Amino acid sequence: MSAESMKLLSVAIAIAVGAIAPALGIGMIGSKAVEALGRNPEAESAIRTTMILALAFAEAIAIYALVVALILKFA
Amino acid sequence: MPHISIKAEKIFELLGLGITNSMIASAIVFLITIFIALYYKNQTSKKRKSNFYYLIKFFVKNIYDLFYSVLGEKTDVFFPLLFAFFFYILLENWFGLLPGVGSLLIKVKEGHEEIFVPLLRGNNADLNTTLALAMISVISIQLFSIKFLGIKKYLHKFFNFSSPIMFFVGILDILSEFSKVLSFAFRLFGNIFAGEVLLTIVAFLVPILASFPFIALEIFVGFVQALVFSMLTAVFLSSAVVEHH
Repeated sequence: MSAESMKLLSVAIAIAVGAIAPALGIGMIGSKAVEALGRNPEAESAIRTTMILALAFAEAIAIYALVVALILKFA
Repeated sequence: MPHISIKAEKIFELLGLGITNSMIASAIVFLITIFIALYYKNQTSKKRKSNFYYLIKFFVKNIYDLFYSVLGEKTDVFFPLLFAFFFYILLENWFGLLPGVGSLLIKVKEGHEEIFVPLLRGNNADLNTTLALAMISVISIQLFSIKFLGIKKYLHKFFNFSSPIMFFVGILDILSEFSKVLSFAFRLFGNIFAGEVLLTIVAFLVPILASFPFIALEIFVGFVQALVFSMLTAVFLSSAVVEHH
């Protein structure tokens, strides 16, 4: 296998594996937020703010993987 | 494939200091921020206020209420810093989406050959900017912590010799302060840079119309990231200025 194809493969693996855990995490955050909303509809704005904050945390993990993939690809 | 560069490109040199395209963009955004702030301040004393004043006021009030839910009584002390973070990062993110930013090219000499580089670059798509913002945020958290707790209690948080476990927790706390800088910087840089790359690639694949939903997404992401940056600073501040037991 040539060095170039190995590099492309590593880029694909970096983002593919790195996106699994954040995807699960974001799904859990969303489901729990909807559950909380169902139990306590008055607290909608507080739940939404907390949810977006938690989403940003979970998404950051995927972004780290993306940054690694982009650095591998373009640098 | 369009050329994508991870670091900002140098446009010209000023007294030996390389001026990059993201520095030019940040200077423009900085001037816009100052102009809006002065305009707002000027309008507050007028009897008849413009619509733009009420738009900014709407923003300020909503963000204030949001921070009030985190910081409570201490909001007034921290609000100038937090809103400055929010507003500056928001303008930076949105400035990067304007037409012409990243697509206007300029000819520069690199070594012996002439290359074309973008004249302006979305400011947070440069790691140096986000690192600087992150360091300002974390250092000001430390300073506020010293101010509210006193230097002795502040150091006690990190160097606690009461038991071996507390000693190791202190070491972990020191490490976590440094990792805060990294996570702040990489979160903002990653989101905005990924957005720029996404927009470039989509515009390359489908020249018309397809970019539109992605630009809408990037406007939202720019807002959320500005909010997350200032919100996280607020959360860290609120835990830094109270005593731990």
